[in-house]
Parts: sequence; structure tokens; C-alpha cells
Amino acid sequence: MTSYNTVNITRQDEIAPGFYLLSFKSPFSVHQAQPGQFVYLRCDNTYDPLLPRPFSIAMVDGGKNEVAILYQVVGRGTALLAQKKELDRFTVLGPLGRGFTLPPSGRLFRPKGGPKRVEPLESFPPSFLRIAVVAGGVGIAPLFFLLQRLKDLPDLTIEVLIGVRSIKQLLLATEIKSLSPQVKLHLATDDGSCGFHGSVTEILATLLKADKIDLVYACGPEAMLKIVAELLTKHNVPGEVSLERQMGCGVGACLSCVCKAKGERENSFRYRRVCKEGPVFPVQEIIWEE
Amino acid sequence: MVDLTIEIAGLRLKNPVITASGTFGFSQEYAPYVDLNRLGAITVKGITLLPRSGNPPPRLVETPAGILNAIGLQNPGVDYFAASILPYLSQFEVPVIVNMAGETVEEYAVLANKLSELNNIAALEVNISCPNVEKGGLQFGSDPAAAAEVTRAVKNNTSLPVIVKLSPNVTRIETVAQAVAQAGADALSLINTILGMAIDLKKRRPVLGNIFGGLSGPAIKPVALRAVWQVFEEVSLPIIGMGGIFTAQDALEFIMAGAKAVAVGTANFINPRATIDILEGIENYLRENKIKRLSDLVGAAHCKQ
Ligand SMILES: Cc1cc2nc3c(=O)[nH]c(=O)nc-3n(C[C@H](O)[C@H](O)[C@H](O)COP(=O)(O)OP(=O)(O)OC[C@H]3O[C@@H](n4cnc5c(N)ncnc54)[C@H](O)[C@@H]3O)c2cc1C
Ligand SMILES: Cc1cc2nc3c(=O)[nH]c(=O)nc-3n(C[C@H](O)[C@H](O)[C@H](O)COP(=O)(O)O)c2cc1C
Ligand code: FES
Repeated sequence: MTSYNTVNITRQDEIAPGFYLLSFKSPFSVHQAQPGQFVYLRCDNTYDPLLPRPFSIAMVDGGKNEVAILYQVVGRGTALLAQKKELDRFTVLGPLGRGFTLPPSGRLFRPKGGPKRVEPLESFPPSFLRIAVVAGGVGIAPLFFLLQRLKDLPDLTIEVLIGVRSIKQLLLATEIKSLSPQVKLHLATDDGSCGFHGSVTEILATLLKADKIDLVYACGPEAMLKIVAELLTKHNVPGEVSLERQMGCGVGACLSCVCKAKGERENSFRYRRVCKEGPVFPVQEIIWEE
Repeated sequence: MVDLTIEIAGLRLKNPVITASGTFGFSQEYAPYVDLNRLGAITVKGITLLPRSGNPPPRLVETPAGILNAIGLQNPGVDYFAASILPYLSQFEVPVIVNMAGETVEEYAVLANKLSELNNIAALEVNISCPNVEKGGLQFGSDPAAAAEVTRAVKNNTSLPVIVKLSPNVTRIETVAQAVAQAGADALSLINTILGMAIDLKKRRPVLGNIFGGLSGPAIKPVALRAVWQVFEEVSLPIIGMGGIFTAQDALEFIMAGAKAVAVGTANFINPRATIDILEGIENYLRENKIKRLSDLVGAAHCKQ
């Protein structure tokens, strides 16, 4: 169901200084795309820059079968993309990779003293699954699509934790608030211009310490993800993170995009392809570099 | 109808478009985008005797009109290849060329022997030109005597056609080509990547985990074309040309310089259908120019008018 096509841009807006939301007619059925999957698209038909660029699917519109990506201009490729207008065309390969695992439509069960587990509905008494979605900067992109899917699942509460440099770089906050009454938004800014003055991981730490979270999804700078991973290990809470690596082929063929992950034997490691086994990985699988 | 068939080292290919080793994986990854049965041949990722985990990341960096890679021959090893990958490849009507590498001459010999016992392999491509491994690789490809020794070791251990893949990181590629020809090679692939590097200004360190990497893509096309031209003039073995082939025009230049077939590498990353687009472009060119057989064009640029 993944495909390679030329698509038309239906809309592009600069939603914050340097951040763009770009929609296009999807060549694949958006209903089959998983949150956390990405598209590999060519910013322009140039030999320099040569490679396509990977972007997470940030939003889908099932009615129009449209996909939107949310990106920050950081270099030449994204600068070229930002110049594109409605009806301009580019090639898209995707959807690619393995996305987030949605919680089973079940309830949370915690055996006394043991680790938390998510178990099928039949076997255990009902209760709510308490999810935290943690985003750093433009890392909100795949998580917004995840929220679009989570909001339709029963028996969840969702805490959305967003960390940005300053309020000017806050993305999609209004859209997130209006997704569902189940969603509660927590903000952190580096400069204190809005919400908690400090790191988003400090909010997560507080929630985890109060035993208010059963499952975490995160995307953002690797330094943030590393702290999230440490917190989850400490509190024995499961979670998934979305990673970024320089890509070549995007489809698993070239072995360029690998990250270090735990191997089958203790203290061993293996390389996993971010474009194929990822970009979303269970947090305990990753070996974080210093 | 135009005739696209070509023969290389006793291998009949239905068309000249081949995938370049390491850029097409084991081809499953591209099956959703490409009708694999249309390819002239598939060359798989380099295989070694034992599994290799490859180099530490970062393994790839983009450079002007090219990429530098330092994968370090990550592969699951010949036994896994035989048990789990070859059966998949065998379902297609496409000759499979196995790219192979080793750290010692002995290892090349043992590997050639093992591969020859398997069914459904059309030819061996001997990689003596990988710039990204500590032992083996370039060390064999840059010394004519060592290149000949590896070629002989492989030839003595297989009845399959042996294609030797040469490195451009030498002073005279024709000399290496002559040496492997005398040692019994049946065909030549050229070129492998060109050794290069990039530095990260923020970290003030080389970008690649391996420091050096191999340059590929449009940036190396003129160098590759020159290598094909020179080897064609001095060695009579069939040549598979590669290095920055992105369009049918590029492919036709290689054929006119003397390549009987072409391999498409980095272009797959930019356009997963590149092989098919190039194949169709070659076919159109022949039709438009009323050339009946592709083989009539091989080396055409060398004829003095
Ligand atoms: C699976 C995946 C999903 C992604 N999703 C998104 C998304 O939804 N929105 C978004 O804005 N970005 C996303 N990225 C990152 C995005 O691909 C890069 O920002 C983009 O490729 C930069 O291209 P450029 O030509 O503008 O920058 P370049 O000129 O290539 O680089 C400019 C600067 O950006 C940095 N950079 C380049 N590539 C990356 C990267 N992959 N990760 C981190 N830094 C990088 C470089 O170090 C360099 O300093 C994703 C990356 C991956 C691997
Ligand atoms: C990511 C990558 C991996 C490669 N792996 C191999 C390999 O395993 N064995 C080999 O002989 N060549 C390998 N090559 C070299 C290519 O087969 C080809 O010779 C080279 O890239 C030039 O062609 P291109 O410019 O069309 O990519 C690799 C190239 C790339 C880009
Ligand atoms: S980008 Fe090629 S394997 Fe992931």
C-alpha cells in the first residue's frame, strides 16, 4: 500500500515563524496510514540538494484523503519546500516505516508490585488507561496524527505535554485543545513566555512520580528523548519514541539510517533501521549515545 | 521492436539495466515500487562469509550532487543469505548477481565455493573496491597483483561467471583491469565509490562515524565514464558501467563509452522507479533513432568517423 507518486499541494501556510503546515492530496488511503509513519519527499527536482527529505505524517483528512506535514525550515531542502505554493507538485514515497502502537482497546491491569501491563478487555476489570504524549518543538508533528487516532478510542485519558523555546514557536495548541475533552494540555517554555518555565521533561517527571501515567509516546530532540527514556525506566512505565536519522533510500535497502538498539543477548547490540523497524521504537530497546 | 538483449560473460540479459550492489538491498524493499521481472539483473548487497554489523553511524551524508556512505558491508552473512534471501529472489525471472567480499584471499575463495553450491545464482561480482572496511576491500583493489590473486582464488572455486568490481581510487584503472583479466575474470564492473569525507562545522569533527566514506551519485559520473572509456580501449572484457547513472541519457553515454550493461545505484534513493524509467528511456532512444540492436551502440563513441 506504500506508493511512489507525484502529488499536488492543496495548501501551505506558515503557522509560526519558520514552521509550515503543508497539505497534499494523498496518493495512498489515509485510513491505512499509521501515526508515526513518514513520507519521503523531494523538496525540488535538483541534483543539489540530491536526496528526498523525511517528514512525519502530521495530520490526515479522511474526507478529502489529504495528508499534511508540519515542518521547520532548517536548511536548503526545507527552504525550497517553503517556497512551494498551492498546485505545485512534488514526488512522495510512502507511507513508510513502523508507527506508534495504539493501545489495545482494553483496560489497564497492574498486578500487585509487578510491572504495569496492558491486557485484553475480557480478563480484567475496567479502568482508564492514562496516556502522556510528550512533544519537543516540531516533534509534535507525528504526535498530532497520533492524537487524531487516540481521541476516538474508549477509556483513555490523554495528557499532552509540549515543550517549546518560546510561545512564538507553539504549534497546533488550539487544534489539540479542540480535539477532545479527554485531552489535557500542559505547556513548558525555555524562556518562560508561557506555561511552565523549564523543560517539558520536568512536567513528565512530576506526573510519573505521582503515578498518574501508564503509557508514554514521545517525539522531539534526541536529548529530550533520552531523558524521557531514563524517566520511564526509573518509573517502570512503558513508552514509545520516534527517532530521526539521516536517510538514504527511506525503504530499508541501504542501511544508512541505523540506530543502536539492544541485541538478543544481554549486553549485546544490533543496528536497527530507523526507516524500517522505526522511526518509532519501544523506549527500552534503544541504546542512547552519550 | 528493438533488441535490448545483451550477453555478459555467457549470461544473457533481457535488457542492460542492473541494480548496483548495496543500493537495492535484497530487492524486497523495492518490490512495492518496481516490477522486478523487468530488470536486466539484480545485484544484491555485498555478502561476506560471516555476518557483519557494519560501521558506527552516522553512515551517510549528502554532498553536492552526491552522497558519501560508510555502511561498512553490514550484511547477514552467506548462510542466512542462502536460507532466507535467495529463495525469495528465485521466484523472479531475473538473473541474480551476488556481490561478495572478504578480508583475506582465503575468505574470498571459501565464499566463492559456498555460493557456487547454491542454486539460482547467475554470477558472482567480486568486490575488491569497498572503501569502507578496515581489512580487504580497497587493499585488494588498489594493487594489481593482489587484485589478480583474489580473482584467481575466486575463479578456482567456482564455475559461475566472475565479474570483478574495480575501484576508481587508483592511478591507472586500466592496469588493474588488465591484471584481473589475465587472472581469468569474465567481466568487469566499474566503478565503485570514490573515497571522500565531510566535516561537521558545529562539532568540528568528521561527519561520518568511519571518517571516510565512498562518494556516489551524479557528482562521480564524469569520473566513472572516463574509467569505462579507458578500460574499454585496453581490455576486451565486457563492462558493466556505473557511477551516477540517473537518466537514460546517462546510461547511453556509458554504453557508447563501452559498457555492455549499466548499473543504477544512488538514483534508486531519489526515484525508486529509476531503473524502469532508465530502461524505458533507452528503449525510446533506440526506437527514435532507428537503432535495431542495443549491442550496436556499445563503444560507439570510440569509432573515429
Ligand atoms: C523519520 C523522520 C521524520 C521527520 N519528521 C519531521 C517533521 O515532521 N517535521 C520536521 O520539521 N522535520 C522532520 N524530520 C527532520 C527533517 O527530515 C529534516 O529537518 C530535513 O531533512 C532537513 O532538510 P534540509 O535540507 O532543510 O536541511 P539540511 O540542509 O539537510 O540540514 C540543515 C541542518 O538540519 C539538520 N538536519 C538535517 N537532517 C536532519 C534530521 N533528519 N534530523 C535532525 N536534524 C537534521 C542538519 O544537521 C543541519 O544542521 C524528520 C526526520 C526523520 C528521520
Ligand atoms: C549505500 C551504498 C552501499 C553500497 N554498497 C556496496 C556493496 O555492498 N558492494 C559494492 O560492491 N558496492 C557497493 N556500493 C557501490 C555501488 O554499487 C556503486 O558502485 C556506486 O554507488 C556508484 O554508482 P551510483 O553513483 O549509481 O550509486 C554501495 C553504494 C552505496 C551508495
Ligand atoms: S534509509 Fe536506507 S535503510 Fe533506512
